[in-house]
Amino acid sequence: MSESISVRVNGKIVSVRAGSTVAVAVLASGATCRVSVTGQHRSPLCGMGTCFECRVAINGEPQRRSCQVLCEANMEIETNG
Amino acid sequence: MNKPAEVVIVGAGIVGAACALELSAEGLRVLVIDESFTSAGSTGAAMGHIVVMGDSEAQFAITRYSQILWDDMRDQFPTSVEFDPCGTLWVAADEEEMREVRRKFDYYRERGVSAEILDSQQVRDAEPHLRAPLAGGLRVPGDSVVYPPCAAEFLLQKARALGARVIQAQPVAAIGKGVARLADGTVFAAGFIVNAAGQSAPKLSPGINIKPRKGHLVITDRYPNFLQHQVVELGYLKSAHSLTSDSVAFNVQPRKTGQILIGSSRQYDAENSAVDESILARMLQRAFEYMPDLSFLSAIRVWTGFRPATPDKLPLIGPSPQDPSVLVAAGHEGLGITTSLATAKLICAQILGQRPAIPIQPYLPSRQIAAEAHV
Amino acid sequence: MDSVKHLRFDVAVVGAGPAGIAAALAAADSGRTIGLIDDNPTAGGQIWRGAYNSARPSASSIWFDRLNKSAVQIVRGARVFHAAAGELAAESDDSVIQISYGKLILATGARELFLPFPGWTLPNVMGAGGLQAFVKSGLEISGKRIVVAGTGPLLLAVAAYASKCGAKVIGICEQTTRPKMARFGLKMMLIPDKAAEALRFAYNLRSIPHWTDCWPVAAFGNRRLETVRISRQGQTSEIACDYLACGFHLIPNLELPRMCGCRLRESFVAVDEYQQTSVSGIFCAGEPTGIGGLELALVEGEIAGYAATNWEDRAKHLFAKRARHQKVVRILQDAFPLRPELKNLARPDTLVCRCEDVPHERLCEHASWRAAKLHARCGMGPCQGRICAPAAEFLFGWQIDSVRPPLFPVRCSSLVALSSHSAPRN
Repeated sequence: MSESISVRVNGKIVSVRAGSTVAVAVLASGATCRVSVTGQHRSPLCGMGTCFECRVAINGEPQRRSCQVLCEANMEIETNG
Repeated sequence: MNKPAEVVIVGAGIVGAACALELSAEGLRVLVIDESFTSAGSTGAAMGHIVVMGDSEAQFAITRYSQILWDDMRDQFPTSVEFDPCGTLWVAADEEEMREVRRKFDYYRERGVSAEILDSQQVRDAEPHLRAPLAGGLRVPGDSVVYPPCAAEFLLQKARALGARVIQAQPVAAIGKGVARLADGTVFAAGFIVNAAGQSAPKLSPGINIKPRKGHLVITDRYPNFLQHQVVELGYLKSAHSLTSDSVAFNVQPRKTGQILIGSSRQYDAENSAVDESILARMLQRAFEYMPDLSFLSAIRVWTGFRPATPDKLPLIGPSPQDPSVLVAAGHEGLGITTSLATAKLICAQILGQRPAIPIQPYLPSRQIAAEAHV
Repeated sequence: MDSVKHLRFDVAVVGAGPAGIAAALAAADSGRTIGLIDDNPTAGGQIWRGAYNSARPSASSIWFDRLNKSAVQIVRGARVFHAAAGELAAESDDSVIQISYGKLILATGARELFLPFPGWTLPNVMGAGGLQAFVKSGLEISGKRIVVAGTGPLLLAVAAYASKCGAKVIGICEQTTRPKMARFGLKMMLIPDKAAEALRFAYNLRSIPHWTDCWPVAAFGNRRLETVRISRQGQTSEIACDYLACGFHLIPNLELPRMCGCRLRESFVAVDEYQQTSVSGIFCAGEPTGIGGLELALVEGEIAGYAATNWEDRAKHLFAKRARHQKVVRILQDAFPLRPELKNLARPDTLVCRCEDVPHERLCEHASWRAAKLHARCGMGPCQGRICAPAAEFLFGWQIDSVRPPLFPVRCSSLVALSSHSAPRN
């Protein structure tokens, strides 16, 4: 039985399985990761760090590729839209 | 059936495009020939800073004339040109450079260019990411920034609308005696030929002295509001003056996308376009000295470009020494974007036999024959 | 300023997917120092993503077990952005890592080819491998309706996996023709290790509709995907779904091999029988040498590992096994060529470059990738063209231009750490 971790996405608490990436936490929260240059809401596409659609701010640091960052307890995740 | 061109312009970079528009606007039939696609050369690598410079009367005259011309066109530019009247902020690191600030201020004021001296606090208010303490700076609000490839394309489109023809992907093998001959043998005859071929200009007009001066640029991801002006260190002038050594100077530009363009470097005898890690590092370290926060920004791309440079740092605008029907419009070093529009006016005046708006002598190619050869 | 770490390995392996893991372990047998560098937080690459820490035993467990017991030093979260003679520069969250090596094995894997169609930028339209990667990274899809589309055996793997995780896979839309698909199945059955796998797939997928001559035409939704319109043997229909997992086969990650100066052959890294590239001392294994799947990647990795440590005999022993699995490369190429209709999916306003929001019609104005980049800005964003350039290549036939550092966006400060490198090979 794997443990779960709680993080906050845009202030909302989200519970994910231990070993989950931040991108998954954002997806699970129902939020989108970013807004494109013409205003489209975007979510991750490639899952492997090449598309850059998954960029969010993690613990205050902006533009992190969330599909390559593992969730840690109490992480603060802010999306750009 | 197209009537033959009256002027053939070799090169569809910013200078060729500007000439095409100016000549077409005067009613001449223009044919532009580019070996690749428009802005494939130096224009595509350029920073796009439109700046009034005062290193010499001749440099001031042409940059000022041209800057006014850019300003006059500003309402016509589509968004792709990214025209941004952000102004230049020259920053002084020490008292010696502050003296240069005051000299520049006086120089510009005497010549009707609006400028403002900023003290140490004011310069940081103008650009909060500049490190303290700096001695001060000079703000020149009339300078601006464009995105060169789209600016050149815009000029070319306007030229086309006035009847100019543009041929791309066709290298020109030789020009002279009223003829431009393509590498594939096709021949175009024209009363005048404008050599706006940038780096390749000496190949087409042997005897003119233009050497490539390699530069590096870094562009970051989008950080809106990080930078307000094009910020340049006054030490830049020392860098641009040096004829022999490799040098770097702090020079950053905000793009309308919110990306920051970081430069600049100058290298001689470096004809390889590969990124040179060591001068890139020096360039960035210099930038971090003035603006430490740049170090945290995400760099998306690094590229190199070649400024076509003449020994006296003034462009060649006028008849080629060998053949008066060939007009050279090349050798603009780091001021190609700025002075392209004025270059076009001067070329046009010479072709039409009209009086140019500024004295043409300093830019005539014939001066290079008179001068000693420089490396 | 970032700290700079210096690491030195006799053999550096870039990419901790199956090929890289196999290469590192084979090389470790020699007793030399081996470094395995990957940009993800854990090893496994794409196909074994999330398996490293999983308690559930799987095919990869044996490999991870061996890796844990070996002397291989795993350098995680390190993104290689520059290569020069004998040295790599990688960036991690808080430092720059300069890695000097005696021999280099490139196992950089592959990524999916995305072809633009109206609505492909909607949230919850993902790659096929992309969706699988997210599920392996913790995404819950139980009860979710999924349409899997595109081409290649990856679709089957994704559909089977999603189904096992409790999702409702509504159908698999495979763009290849029915005869090609059938021939593919038959040929795979003839490869010893593959027959069992093929039968397992057929069983797992028995209740999921599989449609050939079928591809997505458009995706619709308000803030996220709600409906997919598919074309199936000339007819369109609409399917309500939660996720569209869509990928048109795999393309090799060639950026680092090209920066190292490795020659390409038919758009893959050219290697000799010992997996050595055109650059002496640099080897390449796995998808960058040819898309051939897991088993081929493993054996190529092993050969490269032995060859890099001068154990040619052991490498030679694996040649026959590799030859068997190499058949897969050809089979895949024959079975899943992209059909021309896919070039017409994009409308004029369909975005091709997602980083810069450049629509198809702006690309049409240009005759080359370089011109399109300079004038329309496609490929000028943070993905550096990884998503849009292959699409542009397919749509317009453009050759994509040369590779320059940094291979990935890096902090400006990281570029300063490059100054101690010698000049790169061209």
